[in-house]
Amino acid sequence: MLTDDLPIYIFDGTFYGLLTAIFESYERKHPRIQLCCRETYAPEFFSGHIDIHSDKVKAQRVWRGLQQKVASVHLGHFYKAFFSEQAAIHLALFRYARYIFDHPAGHDFNYGHEDVLAIAQMSQRVHREKHRMEAFVRFKKSGNGLFFAVISPDYNVLPLISKHFRNRYADQPWLIYDERRKYGIHYDLHALHEVTIDFTQEQAMTAQTAVIIDAQEELYTQLWKDYFRSTNIAERRNMKLHIQHVPRRYWRYLTEKEGKL
Amino acid sequence: MYERIREKLSILADAAKYDVSCSSSGSDRKNTGKGIGDTGSGICHTYTEDGRCVSLLKILLTNFCIYDCAFCVSRRSNDIRRAAFTVEEVVSLTMNFYRRNYIEGLFLSSGIFKDADYTMERMLRIVKKLRLEENYNGYIHLKTIPGASEALVTEAGLYADRMSINLEMPTEQGLQLLAPEKSHEEVKRELAVIRDQAVAYNSERKLIKTTPKFVPAGQSTQMVIGATPESDKDIMHTAQAFYKHYALKRVYYSGYIPISNDSRMPAVGTRPPLIRENRLYQTDWLMRFYDFDVAELLNDEHPNLDMDMDPKLAWALRNPHIFPVDINTADYKLIIRVPGIGIRSAQKIIAARKFGKLHIHQLKKMGIAYNRAQYFIRCADSPFLLREPDPSQLKALLLRQSTSKYRTTAPEQLTLF
Repeated sequence: MLTDDLPIYIFDGTFYGLLTAIFESYERKHPRIQLCCRETYAPEFFSGHIDIHSDKVKAQRVWRGLQQKVASVHLGHFYKAFFSEQAAIHLALFRYARYIFDHPAGHDFNYGHEDVLAIAQMSQRVHREKHRMEAFVRFKKSGNGLFFAVISPDYNVLPLISKHFRNRYADQPWLIYDERRKYGIHYDLHALHEVTIDFTQEQAMTAQTAVIIDAQEELYTQLWKDYFRSTNIAERRNMKLHIQHVPRRYWRYLTEKEGKL
Repeated sequence: MYERIREKLSILADAAKYDVSCSSSGSDRKNTGKGIGDTGSGICHTYTEDGRCVSLLKILLTNFCIYDCAFCVSRRSNDIRRAAFTVEEVVSLTMNFYRRNYIEGLFLSSGIFKDADYTMERMLRIVKKLRLEENYNGYIHLKTIPGASEALVTEAGLYADRMSINLEMPTEQGLQLLAPEKSHEEVKRELAVIRDQAVAYNSERKLIKTTPKFVPAGQSTQMVIGATPESDKDIMHTAQAFYKHYALKRVYYSGYIPISNDSRMPAVGTRPPLIRENRLYQTDWLMRFYDFDVAELLNDEHPNLDMDMDPKLAWALRNPHIFPVDINTADYKLIIRVPGIGIRSAQKIIAARKFGKLHIHQLKKMGIAYNRAQYFIRCADSPFLLREPDPSQLKALLLRQSTSKYRTTAPEQLTLF
């Protein structure tokens, strides 16, 4: 069967939506499908498609099914890979789930299989970006005591890093804002909240915070830049390695690289 | 005030940077009671322009020192600016850097002023203040001051995640040459104190759960490489012995950067031995994770590492009788010895081959360095060879293929080894 002849599933792009699509593919007996996000799908006038409506109950059944068939580390890979937001990953995750359900338990270790390996490798890339954001977040303290940071990660890792920051910075209110995806996570000393700031407000925020920044912020920003310079060993200069570890696209968010771009 | 603290930080960070350890992993301190900080698998928050990771705020409490070690920038005879932090200054720098997510924690070392105990006692005050008053659970790496009393060192171990004391030179003779006031014996004594206390605390914790953690991320040490004429064999055999006898978590190798015009050492302006340092770390990894014995890599016949190629490849070329290894049947321990295959790929291979014989395209996708590994392995569709390539031909071939950032000249043709 050519891919053109495969049924087209349209889902909402969410994790639950994906799991629902997997559920429905069994109900409708469609072992192979094409999978598209509603947002990006441009229907051709002659093609019919199947609308998938995210369904919590169906999604959770698929999730529990996966839980029973794959090692917990691979369940984590499945979840992380989803946040890569890569066009091809939704279908790869779909095929992976079908492969797992259609075979006896243990096949999640078959790294010789294209989809199993692809999920493991994509989750590793997402994990690396998650780890990088745990490293590269730079808080600035505002006058009212809020520690805030702006990031622009390659993948949508904010949901994956919030637990780390909540555990570590339990005694200070903080806000991490993803500039590219236009949403942030706010911790108010009790719980995490997702926040969205529209464009005009965002500008107001930067303008405002410039005024109400904490009195000591400038000192510690300066001391950190000084430290970054002093701890370098000039005789060992290796800019290639430096840029490999700290790629240029992150510099504008890093205090120690301010003014270096 | 503003300028004074900036100046102090510059002086005392500059003096601390030759201590290369920056690990922040291996501890599992949790943020209890809504305080601040935790530790886990370690995070490198940034990298300096020399490509080294910045994980910890690495500073000296002071660079005043009563010792005159020739290799050390803070030696008493060196004419440099001196400074000292107060306890409060170190605490507030650490907390303010940590709260902004600049760092994973504090690496605190010190020159020795007055005497060892006086210095150690000051350092102890800092870590206690951080843990007890600031409710700080981030990482702390504390240097053990040579000659400090057992009581002080033991108490410090209750608050630090890692402690370390440097061997400085790979051999006692080397140390005597450059720092006659110090000795390996003293280092051993301090390492043994921590080792024995850790054993005691750990066995007590098995009975009484509330027993506090003692140096949970273990101990490490550092050797300066290239200041004195030791061979790589001397260096790595010393490392092996210290790993074994003192249960060290890490040995660090620090390529000597000429900082004085002392005739006993390389002159100022000499390039630091970066390739050699890299090869020593590779050897260290082979010993710790790849189940190599140091004598397989360095012995009387081969007392120095090959600078042209990594030690695993060099070993494989010296031992052609072990290869090729069949990827579909060989033991894990043999597969990790193949040049171009690392731990992760080897684990994937072992898991995947249960589902069917592995082919070249699968191995390539799994991420092994196939260009290098192909000469040492066989898999389902390996090309049939009438004759295995000769090691010397193979070496020349592999060196031609590889582009090393270190190598400036073309590799030699067909050398015997």
